Amino acid sequence: MERNLTHIALFAALIAALGLIPRIELSFGIPITAQSLGIMLAGTILGAKRGALAVLLFLLLVAIGLPFLAGGRGGLGVFAGPTVGFLLGFPIAAFIIGLIVEKTRIGPIALTATLASIIGGIVVLYIVGIAGLAVKLDKSFADSAKLMYIFIPGDIIKAIIAGIITAAIAKARPASLLSKQ
Amino acid sequence: MISLSSPVKTKAHGWPAGAKLAGLCILSILLIAITSPLIHALFFSVVLFLYLLAGRIFFVSGIKKLFILWPFILIVSLWHLYNGQTAQGITIVLRLLSAVALANLVTMTTKLSDMIDVIHRLAKPLTFIGLKTQALEISIALVIRLTPELIAKGTALSQAWRARSPKRPNWKVVIPFIVVTLDDADHSAEALRARGGIQPTHKE
Repeated sequence: MERNLTHIALFAALIAALGLIPRIELSFGIPITAQSLGIMLAGTILGAKRGALAVLLFLLLVAIGLPFLAGGRGGLGVFAGPTVGFLLGFPIAAFIIGLIVEKTRIGPIALTATLASIIGGIVVLYIVGIAGLAVKLDKSFADSAKLMYIFIPGDIIKAIIAGIITAAIAKARPASLLSKQ
Repeated sequence: MISLSSPVKTKAHGWPAGAKLAGLCILSILLIAITSPLIHALFFSVVLFLYLLAGRIFFVSGIKKLFILWPFILIVSLWHLYNGQTAQGITIVLRLLSAVALANLVTMTTKLSDMIDVIHRLAKPLTFIGLKTQALEISIALVIRLTPELIAKGTALSQAWRARSPKRPNWKVVIPFIVVTLDDADHSAEALRARGGIQPTHKE
């Protein structure tokens, strides 16, 4: 019980910290919002239920006014803004990523975690996020989707990084990889 | 940890947080129902006036918080100028601005402790479906307490990287960062257990 709780809380803090630490760059010089990497890792490392709870806890703290989103944003305003769909999609993405990693018994963990991150962290997250964008901007789903195309390559790189990091954690702290317990 | 609550004290800081949140909900729904650009312009002016009531510093910091919306406003404006449905475009932009400005207003005028009280009250009925309110409260406290700690550790890792390499830290620095986080989680769990741990819910 205590261990579950502290892992969920610490991961919520990690997602916040990843968005606030200045400058972690991809090797190609693209500055990554490491925050969505944090969402993917919550799923791949903590598993479906705990991963989603960590993300929900993170969002709860953002909602009550802590500046935990990338760039120090937060408060209720971000839930009224056009990107609300992505925020609501975060816990769903973490859950699905975790579920895929938990249920997949074959293949190397790096590959499983990467594919899970692509399905949950890109496909599912974008569907929910674009739906939110469509509602907020009063545009069709297809038109709103066009705004997001430029982010896809960066997110695929993030999914691969999430896979590599998960494999590294599986080696360094196998007991802490709760998605595989 | 600094919250986004405004350091400029206003009368609204004293109002009950629950009432402000309920008001925000009602007004946000109202905003969706309104379709006339004129009423939206009026609505947004009133919201801006509310900011002005709290003084210049409060007003300016409130306006600054709306700047993050500019890419969306630009896209919607261009789109509607292009297809000629300007009235609809104005409605969408003003609705967005009012909704975000109102929500920010509640965040800026509500103390973090008041918000946590609201969560405490809202979570209580959920104990019947098995939510452990004590666990939720400890989690909130842990995150608020440990985020600055983690940021400090992450920054130290980045600095250690820079001390050894001419290049900027890249994603590989995230690996030791997560290891540190997971170890911290284990240590905190032990510390919690040593102090009595999480009590089961009253129902059990």
